[in-house]
Amino acid sequence: MSARRGPSLYLARQSYRRRRLIDAARLLPFLGAVLLLLPLLWTPEDTPESATARQALYVFAVWLGLVVAALLLARRLPRGEDGRTDEAG
Amino acid sequence: MSKHALLIEDEPNIIEAIRFILSRDGWRVSTHDTGADAAEVIARTDPDIVILDVMLPGRSGYEILDELRADAATRDLPVLMLTAKGQERDRRLAERAGASRFMTKPFSNSEVLAAMREMVGP
Amino acid sequence: MVPFNVLVLACLAYVAFLFLVAFAVERAAAQGRARWLRAPLVYTLSLSVYCTAWTFYGAVGYAARSGLEFATIYLGPTLIFVGWWWILRKLVRIGRAQRVTSIADLISARYGKSNMLGVIVTILALCATTPYIALQLQSIALSFGVFTAGTPAGWTVPDADTTALWVAVGLALFTILFGTRHLDANEQHPGVVTAIAVEAVVKLVALLAVGVFVVWAVAGGPGDIIARIEAAPRPEWAIEPGRWAGLTFLAAVAIICLPRMFQVTVVENVDERHLATASWAFPLYLFLMSLFVMPIAVVGLEVMPEGSNPDLFVLTLPLAFDQGALAMLAFLGGFSAATSMVIIAAIALATMLSNHIVMPLWLALARRRGGGSGDMRHVVLRARRLSIIVMIVLGYIYYSFTGGTAALAAIGLIAFVGVAQFLPALIGGIFWRAATRVGAAAGLGLGFAIWLYALFLPSFGAGVMIPDAVMTQGPFGIGWLRPQALFGVEGMDPLLHALFWSLVFNTSAFLIGSLVSFPTPVERVQGAQFVNVFDMSGGTQGWGRSVGEAEDLLVTAQRVLGAEAAQSFFQQAAADQGKDGFLPDTTPDFIERLERRLAGSVGAATAHAMVAQIVGSSVVTTEDLMAVADETAQIMEYSSQLEAKSEELARTARQLREVNHKLTELSEQKDAFLSQISHELRTPMTSIRAFSEILRDAGGLPAEDQHKYATIIHDETIRLTRLLDDLLDLSVLESGRVRLQAEEDNLSRLIERALGAANSTAPERDFVIHRDPPEEDIALHTDSGRLTQVFINIIANARKYCDAAEPELWIKPRVRDGRVEVDFVDNGTGIPQKQESLIFEKFSRLTDQARAGGAGLGLAICREIMLNLGGDIAYLPGQGGAAFRVSFPREMPAQTPDSDDVEAQEATGAVSAS
Repeated sequence: MSARRGPSLYLARQSYRRRRLIDAARLLPFLGAVLLLLPLLWTPEDTPESATARQALYVFAVWLGLVVAALLLARRLPRGEDGRTDEAG
Repeated sequence: MSKHALLIEDEPNIIEAIRFILSRDGWRVSTHDTGADAAEVIARTDPDIVILDVMLPGRSGYEILDELRADAATRDLPVLMLTAKGQERDRRLAERAGASRFMTKPFSNSEVLAAMREMVGP
Repeated sequence: MVPFNVLVLACLAYVAFLFLVAFAVERAAAQGRARWLRAPLVYTLSLSVYCTAWTFYGAVGYAARSGLEFATIYLGPTLIFVGWWWILRKLVRIGRAQRVTSIADLISARYGKSNMLGVIVTILALCATTPYIALQLQSIALSFGVFTAGTPAGWTVPDADTTALWVAVGLALFTILFGTRHLDANEQHPGVVTAIAVEAVVKLVALLAVGVFVVWAVAGGPGDIIARIEAAPRPEWAIEPGRWAGLTFLAAVAIICLPRMFQVTVVENVDERHLATASWAFPLYLFLMSLFVMPIAVVGLEVMPEGSNPDLFVLTLPLAFDQGALAMLAFLGGFSAATSMVIIAAIALATMLSNHIVMPLWLALARRRGGGSGDMRHVVLRARRLSIIVMIVLGYIYYSFTGGTAALAAIGLIAFVGVAQFLPALIGGIFWRAATRVGAAAGLGLGFAIWLYALFLPSFGAGVMIPDAVMTQGPFGIGWLRPQALFGVEGMDPLLHALFWSLVFNTSAFLIGSLVSFPTPVERVQGAQFVNVFDMSGGTQGWGRSVGEAEDLLVTAQRVLGAEAAQSFFQQAAADQGKDGFLPDTTPDFIERLERRLAGSVGAATAHAMVAQIVGSSVVTTEDLMAVADETAQIMEYSSQLEAKSEELARTARQLREVNHKLTELSEQKDAFLSQISHELRTPMTSIRAFSEILRDAGGLPAEDQHKYATIIHDETIRLTRLLDDLLDLSVLESGRVRLQAEEDNLSRLIERALGAANSTAPERDFVIHRDPPEEDIALHTDSGRLTQVFINIIANARKYCDAAEPELWIKPRVRDGRVEVDFVDNGTGIPQKQESLIFEKFSRLTDQARAGGAGLGLAICREIMLNLGGDIAYLPGQGGAAFRVSFPREMPAQTPDSDDVEAQEATGAVSAS
C-alpha cells in the first residue's frame, strides 16, 4: 500500500516484513526457553513459603504470553505460502 | 478337357457367384479363402488361371502375385485380379505386381467370362 | 455414589457414540464430503493424544509429590510448537513430500531406504510403547476400582485384571475397525482422528470442570488457593534446577519422537497450514489442561484423608463431596485420555511393525516361492490387524506382570527417554546432509542399549531384571559400569543420568559414524531431498533408467493401491505427460512418483523393493546412480528452476511428437477410410450384381436355387443399408448435430436391455455374465437409447471376440464425483497393446476373420455417442482380458446447438484431467 504512494526505500517492503516475521517466529522458542529457565536463577530460600506460588504464577504467565505471541505470529504469517521465498532472502 | 480355374477370394457370396458362372461355362473351379497359404495352394493344384482378390485375410493379393511372378514355374500363369477398392492407385499397383488383367468389383458376369476365355486361349 | 452398572453403561454408551462419530466421518470422507471435519481445530485437538491418562490422573499426583515440576512435561512441547518453523514445519513437509507412514519409515527413507534402520526404530518404539499402553490399562482399571470400592454387596464386581482385559479387547476391536478399514494412499484415518478430537474435548472439559469445582466450590477462589499454597510450605516442592531443565528438554524431544505424536502430527496432517494454527492452539490446550492441576493437588492434600492416592484426586475429590455427576464426567475424561492414547499408539506401531518387519519378511518369502504375489493389500491389512492385536496383548501382559507397582507409574518418563534416542538420527537427518546410515545405526543402537541398561531394565525394581550386585557394584565388580552411576557419575537423578549418557553416546556415535563412513548414492540423494525439502518439492531422483514396463507397474500398483486408485493415478500421470490412456512413459520422474505413492501404503523400503523387482535390479540402478548422483544432487539443489523448465520442455516436446504422430496417422487414415468405404460398399454390391445377372440370364434354374440367390441378394442389400445407416449415424454424431433425448432411467434397466439385445450375437456361445445389481441401481438422466446402443456394442464385441474356452464377462458399475463408470471386462486375451490406440478409429477391425460382423464402425460410433453424452469410452490395459470403461455424467449436460466434435473432446478432456 504505502509503496504505491511514492518512491520507497525498500523495493520489497512486503517480503521484507514477512522475512522479519519469520525471524521472530524462529526466535520465539528461544525466548520462551530463557524465560522458563529464569526461575532457576532466583535466589532460593529467601521466603520459602511463597516460592511455589510465585513460581507458578510466573510460569503460567510466561506460558500464556507464548501462546498469545504464537497466535499473533501465526495469523500474520501469510497462509498457504511455503518456505520457498523466505530461504532465498 | 475343361480348363481349371482357381479362385482365391474370402467373401462366401462372391465365391458362390463366380463358381456358378464359371461352372456353367464349362470350367473346373476350385476355391481357396485365405491369403497366407495361397501360393502353396497354387503350386499344388497347378491351375490354368488364377482369380485373385486383393483384400485377403493374412496376406494381400499383391504380395501373393509378387511371389508367383518371382517363381519360374508360375511366372507366366494368367492371373485375373479383382478389387473392391476401385481407385486408380490400385490399378497401377496391380499392373506393377504383374497382373495379367485387372477388374473392379462389382463386375459384369459376361465381362469376366470374356476376359478369362481371352487369357487362357482356346 | 454412582452405581457400578450405571458406570459401565455410561462407558458403553460413550464408546458407541465414538463409534458413530468415527463411522460417520469415514463415510463422509469416502464420499469427499469431510472437508469441514478436517479443519485446523480437529488437527489441534487430535494432537492432544499427548495428554494420556498419565496427564489426566497422574499430573495431579505428580504435582502433589513434586510441586510445579509436573509443568515441564507440557512446557517442552509448548516450546516445540511455538517454534514450529524450525522442526515441525520441515517434518510435516518431508512427511507429505515423501508420503511417510511412520517415524520408522521417515528414518529408513532418509538413510537410503534402509530397512535395517526401520527395524531398529520399530523395536525400540515397541519397547517404549508397550509399558505405556500397560499404564493406560492400569489407569482405567484403577479408576473403575474407585467406583467399585463403595458398591453395595450383591453386585458382582469384576476385579481390576478382568476390567483391564475387557478394556483391552474393546480397544483392539475399535482400533482394528477404524485403523485398518482400508489401505489408504497416505495412511490417514479421518474417522479415528475425529473420534480422538472428540475425546480431547471430553477430557479437557472434564478436567476444567473438576478444577472449577475445586477452586470455586471447595476453596474460596484463586486468591484462597494461592494463600493455601503459601500457607503450607513443602520442601519437596522446590524446583530442582537439573530436573526442571532436563525434563523440559526431554518432553520437547518426546513430542517430536513419540510414535503416536508423529502419527497425529505428521502422518495424519492433511494441510500444512493446520500446523500454523496448532502452533498456538496446542500450547493453549496444554495450558488449560495444566491450569487446575496445582489447585486440585493442594486442595486434595488438605481435604482428603492421610494416605489417599493423589493420582486419583481428580476422581476422589468430587466423590468426597458427593458430586456423582462430576465424578462421572471426570471418569469419562480419564477414560478418553487412556483410550485415545492406546488407539493411536497401536495404529502407529502396527504400521511400523507391518511395513518394516512383516512385509519385508513376506516379500522375501514370496520371492523365494517364485514371484506370484496376488493381492498385496490383503496381506498388508492382515499384517496390520495382527500387529494391533500383538501390541495390545503385549500391553496387557505387561500390565498383569507389573500391574500396580510403583515401577509402572514412572514408566511415562522412561518411555520418553527411550524414544528420545530417535532424536540425533531424526534431526541430523533433516538438517545435515552428511548424516549416514552407519552413523544413524550406530547412534540408535548405542543409545538403545544404554537406555535398556541404565533405565528400562532397572525400572522393574531392584533384583528383577538386573541383579542387586550389578546395581551396587557394577557388572563383574567394575564400579564405573554401575547402571545408575556410569563412568563414576554418582548422585545424579537416575532419569537424568540415563538421558544424559544415552544421548551423549548416541549423538557421538551418530556424528563419528557419519563422518567416517561413506553414504551410498541413494542415501546422498535422499539426504539432499530431506535437508533441502523446501527448495525442491518437485524434482527427485532415484531411478536412473526406465526399463520398466508401464503395464507391469500398473498391475503391481493395482494390487497395492486397488484398481480404481491405481488406474486414476496412471491416467493422471499419462495426462501430465500429454498422453491419452492409462499407460504413461516410464520416465524416472514417473517411477519415482509411483514409488512414493506405493510407499504411502507399504513404506519406503518395501515400495523400493517392489518397484526394483519390476523396473530392474536395484543394484544395477544404484551402480548407474553412482556416476551421476554426485552431480545430480548438486545440480538439483542450485537449479531446480532450470529443471522445472527442462521438464516443461520435455513435456511439450513429447506432446508435439504425439500430436504429429496422430496427425500423420489421421491423414493416412483418411485415405484408408475412403478406400475402405469403397471396399465395404462394393463387396455386397458385387454379390448383388452377379446374382441378379445370373437370375436374369441363366434360364432354367431350379426353383430352390432361384430362391437361394434371391435371398443372397436380399441379405446383401440389408448389409448395404446397415452400412449406410452406420455411416450416416457416425457423420451425424461426429458433426455434433445429433439430437439427444434425455430421460429418466436406471442403469440396471439399461444393462438388462443391452444384454437382451446382444444375446443374438453369436448365440451359440455360452456366456457367463457377472453383474452387481446393488451397484447397478443408479438413477440416470441421459439419452438411454444411445447409451444402450453403446452397451450392446461392447457386449456383442465381447461375445464375438472373447477367445476364452469358457467366456465370462464382468460388468462393474460405480459412481465417482457424480460420474458413472461402467467397466466391461472379459477373460479373453484382450487387445495387443500396439492396437489399443487404434480400436476406436473407423474401420479398425482388428482381424478380418470375423467379417460377418459390422464394418468396424461399432466402437467409433460408441466413442462418438459417449462424447456427445459428455462422457468417454476407453480401453483399460492390464485387466487380464479385453476391458472397456464407459464413463459419463449422471446428468447429461445440456446440449449446445453448435458444439462440434473438437469442443466436445476438449470438454471431456478437461473433465477427466481435473
